[in-house]
Amino acid sequence: MTVESPLDPAAARYRKVVPAGTYWIGVVRKGETFRIVDLEGNQAVDTLFYNADDPAEHYSASDTIREQRNIYLGAGTVLMSDLCRPLLSITADTCGRHDTLGGACSTESNTVRYALEKKTMHACRDSFLLAVAENDHYGLSKRDIAHNINFFMNVPVTPDGRLEFADGVSAPGKYVEMVAEMNVIVLISNCPQLNNPCNAYNPTPIEVVIWSAAS
Amino acid sequence: MTTLISSDTLPAGKHWSLVMWRNNRLKLTDLEGGANVGMLFFNPLNLLERYNAPDTLKCQHTFKLTSGHCLYSDMGRIVCSIVADSFGWHDTVCGNTTKASTARKWGETSYQANRNDWQQNGHDSFLVEAAKYGLGRRDLPANVNWFSKVVVADDGTLSLDQSAAKAGASVELRFEMDTLVLLHTCPHPLNASPSYPRKPVRYEILEGPPAAKDDPNRLSAPENLRGFENNRIYQAGCCAGGHR
Repeated sequence: MTVESPLDPAAARYRKVVPAGTYWIGVVRKGETFRIVDLEGNQAVDTLFYNADDPAEHYSASDTIREQRNIYLGAGTVLMSDLCRPLLSITADTCGRHDTLGGACSTESNTVRYALEKKTMHACRDSFLLAVAENDHYGLSKRDIAHNINFFMNVPVTPDGRLEFADGVSAPGKYVEMVAEMNVIVLISNCPQLNNPCNAYNPTPIEVVIWSAAS
Repeated sequence: MTTLISSDTLPAGKHWSLVMWRNNRLKLTDLEGGANVGMLFFNPLNLLERYNAPDTLKCQHTFKLTSGHCLYSDMGRIVCSIVADSFGWHDTVCGNTTKASTARKWGETSYQANRNDWQQNGHDSFLVEAAKYGLGRRDLPANVNWFSKVVVADDGTLSLDQSAAKAGASVELRFEMDTLVLLHTCPHPLNASPSYPRKPVRYEILEGPPAAKDDPNRLSAPENLRGFENNRIYQAGCCAGGHR
């Protein structure tokens, strides 16, 4: 299901293009709307959320999929915390399906998935760790790097229990938009993966957009 | 050939923790059918290294866990191998029951009124066991739910197939590195039984041989061959966090 947003980016309070292989961390206040735009298509946007007033409370993939009884995220999904409380609600989505089973790439998992010699290639978990190290005022550390969302990724499960990494369902300009149900810290690694056909081996920039609650 | 070190039966709704040395085995048996065992794994030498369900699933292209699969840490190493499994399909994405969900589904209980028959939940169970090692709620990743078959429909709908319950079903893990194991026997969070299910679980801790060169888990996928190589380098003491 796809749902378009009525919001105009020209009226946003914040806009930022985030290149692949870098991170973005920031606070979205309760009632504000947060959008991620897949500028060039099929880009994996590894994303985590925290309660800005108590960052020990973090996004929980398990709580989110269990409470909605569905593994796919899309319009209508409520993103839940480890305390089973709503962090944000997805209100618009022109892509149609997002993954939260596949987690983030890391240098260590790259050795297993691709080759031992890939251990020094840039990976999402390195971006997450640099983000929390360079922004220590949030009080986050490796402990808080929970299982994330992969916006714009399509990871179906087959009837016999296999996990597939299917071709992307995203395209240039597709976006996902959510309203914050509490003050949240957003932590994004715009995925640098060069070994996976899901992004055509070509990591590309995204844009983050925030609208104030009043708009 | 394996040798029994210790065994016992855990009633439903309980929690426990133990350290398993490398090459020892943990065999679980669902005595009556319909049990659930929630389980988490940490490296006792570096508690920041822990079981990672997404890495485990994606590197083996699987949603279910069964024999032949390896369970991975977030550091690219194999925590344990599933060396035998007569159940066939275990869950690692649904998480735990909570105090609130248990009360909603099966009613309020308290220790004061119900003593050890209170309806303990999986989330609180892990909090208690984790705290024994200085870990808290920030440290609890997605756990395994042994003996719970969770299936996914075409549209992504998740459900627990309770018809898969099998009395006497067992699963056996061989640990590939020294591992802190946290576990509970609380119901699966999608269990739809009208009353709090009370299914006991037998555990056996066994001493056995290490993975051979032609071990089925090692050869089950090229990814696992590389995972075992990461463990070999780690055990040799020349990889981050390694030791002899």
